[in-house]
Amino acid sequence: MKNRKFIYAKLTTIFTLAIVISTISCERDLSSEAEFATFPANGNVFIDAFSSGLNYFPFVDAGADPFAFTVVSDDVFSGSGAMRFDVPSFGNGFVGATFNTTSHRDLSGFDALTFYAKASQSASINSIGFGISGDTDNKYIVELNGLEIDTNWDKYVIPIPDASKLFNETGLFWLAEGASFAGDEGGYVLWFDEVKFEKLGTVAQPSPKIFNGESLSGQSFTGSSIAITGLTQTFNLGSGDNKTVTIAPSYFDFSSSDIEVARVNERGEISIIGEGTAEITATLGGVLAEGSLSITASGGLESAPTPTFPQANVKSIFSDAYINDTESNFTPGFGGSTTETTTPASNGDSFLSYSNNNFTGILFENTVDASGLTFLHVDVYVQEAGVNVGLQIRDIGANQMIETDTNTGFPIADDKDFRFNLTGLTVGQWTSFEIPLAGDIATQKNNLGALILTGGPSFILDNIYFYTE
Amino acid sequence: MDIKYIYNKTMKSIILKSIVVILFCSLSSCATDDTQTVATFTELVMADEFDTNGAPNPAIWGYNIGTGDNGWGNNELQYYTDRSENVTVQNGVLIITAKEEAFNGASYTSARLLTKGKFQQTYGRFEARIRLPYGKGLWPAFWLLGDDSNGTEVWPQIGEIDIMEYVGNEPTVMFGTVHGPGYSGGQSIGKPYQLENDRFDTGFHIFGIEWGPDYINYYVDDVLYNQITPDDVPGEWVFNRGPFYIILNVAVGGALPGSPNEETVFPQTMLVDYVRVYKSSNN
Repeated sequence: MKNRKFIYAKLTTIFTLAIVISTISCERDLSSEAEFATFPANGNVFIDAFSSGLNYFPFVDAGADPFAFTVVSDDVFSGSGAMRFDVPSFGNGFVGATFNTTSHRDLSGFDALTFYAKASQSASINSIGFGISGDTDNKYIVELNGLEIDTNWDKYVIPIPDASKLFNETGLFWLAEGASFAGDEGGYVLWFDEVKFEKLGTVAQPSPKIFNGESLSGQSFTGSSIAITGLTQTFNLGSGDNKTVTIAPSYFDFSSSDIEVARVNERGEISIIGEGTAEITATLGGVLAEGSLSITASGGLESAPTPTFPQANVKSIFSDAYINDTESNFTPGFGGSTTETTTPASNGDSFLSYSNNNFTGILFENTVDASGLTFLHVDVYVQEAGVNVGLQIRDIGANQMIETDTNTGFPIADDKDFRFNLTGLTVGQWTSFEIPLAGDIATQKNNLGALILTGGPSFILDNIYFYTE
Repeated sequence: MDIKYIYNKTMKSIILKSIVVILFCSLSSCATDDTQTVATFTELVMADEFDTNGAPNPAIWGYNIGTGDNGWGNNELQYYTDRSENVTVQNGVLIITAKEEAFNGASYTSARLLTKGKFQQTYGRFEARIRLPYGKGLWPAFWLLGDDSNGTEVWPQIGEIDIMEYVGNEPTVMFGTVHGPGYSGGQSIGKPYQLENDRFDTGFHIFGIEWGPDYINYYVDDVLYNQITPDDVPGEWVFNRGPFYIILNVAVGGALPGSPNEETVFPQTMLVDYVRVYKSSNN
């Protein structure tokens, strides 16, 4: 099932930091007996009832059903109580909540969140994990995607990326699950029991990654910033299975080979501050992460011309001037693709920067109905002569699937496309294109699902939107 | 683990004898100063502490080279070499490295050391301190084979005592096994031992047997987890005669572990801190 983006309910912090390190006024050494205050090392989340200080915070703002969660005693793995979530059918919201404590916990002695779970039918949970915390802006969030649950009680393990970071945590457990499309599972029940942090001793062989383990290179501009993406930690569990979780940047220690060119903060944001080349790498708990980014930075990038059409005339894919019509996947990872994509930002304006492109795409998470629209707009910037980019606008048809002849690259089944060459580009400036929704998509443009980009090899895009005059 | 070894998940459970009392305290109650006695043979006969960097001591260790017959009888995938890339002593440990590389028609290389003709002994306490590799398809072992009397006897008649076997996709489990006539390969007699809250690829563990007339005791660290006697085997007890020699190896693939998969990380190493052999001071 598809990943969904959820807006985490902001938790109001009602807690004041308990560690007060008083300044010692007179000159003397720290007593060897001094011990710093710590939070309770209580790993229990939900055993038979809410553990000490635990509260339920449904993601109501994002559309979660707050009444989908109950504590039950009729179907438990062990003891007297279990957690029950009634996952709504498609179109009726979703189950989403975080369980946080009002008093902080010290989880640094544990290596995993574990629980028993079962479902009334085989299901795959969109997102589940821990570390949602309003007072730290989810600094140590951990997310496991696509956890398969069957109809028997089984034990599941979500490893902690680096427990030494979690000495002061309130976000003990969260999940988000719903039917993402009409055929997705919904209208079923999920149960959880014996939810707790444990020291298993068998969570081993860490293998952290940034940029999904790829060694990327890209061009950027002074004054711009780039987010480090594809952050994961993988452990080998006692079962022998590898388990990969998506994790917050703050688990990593980032470094730049030239801090006069690029610097990285603990949120994984790279700031380009000077011209030159810098390599960005990371470690997690002392283990070098797979993946890196080599940035070549030149002077500042001017913004593309500001779009002038009103929002009502536009269905936008990528532009700071408009609300997106749909979220998109800008790094689809097509097999055989050599493309490296980053999204630098300069003066509050974001760009799509492509390097070493042979072919890639922009996959719309929801199809765009352009029946009433006539053009696609895109701005293109190049830094070297001789760059030509092929653009294909793809309608994916009523079945909502991209279907391509793998030999010819042309659409098949109910797919249609229109192809256009972005040529005549001038080095060092933006060129704007108004591309008619013509050819095979002139009469079929109600399920636009992707833009395919070929050639280049290096170029920058901005303001990609469908519109009518 | 020598010839046509097919792993039988339902290994025969062993009837434990007087030792059973000791076994029951195996999990947490046994502090090191408890009265449990896992080994009684104390007269050191041979020890390799692997303290000299370079190739292993040639007075103790020889090598099997190549792929044997049919992947050493098990469809194993590795080519054994004695190159330093596959076997070396560094910083006080013997390192056997399984690599993924094209080599003489094989896709993997590794090493298999043996003391045949160099150190052989009947009975005794054979012990090694080892950190194991991990990942699907890895199959390390520390084991003994009976002398073949210049080729006049063949496996399984010569006898095989597997002190430690392990497959990399079950990082908390090892097993100790004997093979003999009528109980070899899939019919071998042994028992798995599972660590609680720990695993074999993250630290060193001691694997040993204490072997005397009509018995072999198996232990891991301070836990005696099995005893095998003539009553346990459905054929001739071939362990009261002739000397046995030691083998240390890391196999890749084959019938028991299955082939490596896309998640298996190479290279993989087995680290051996020491190999020690004792005899009973009463003998």
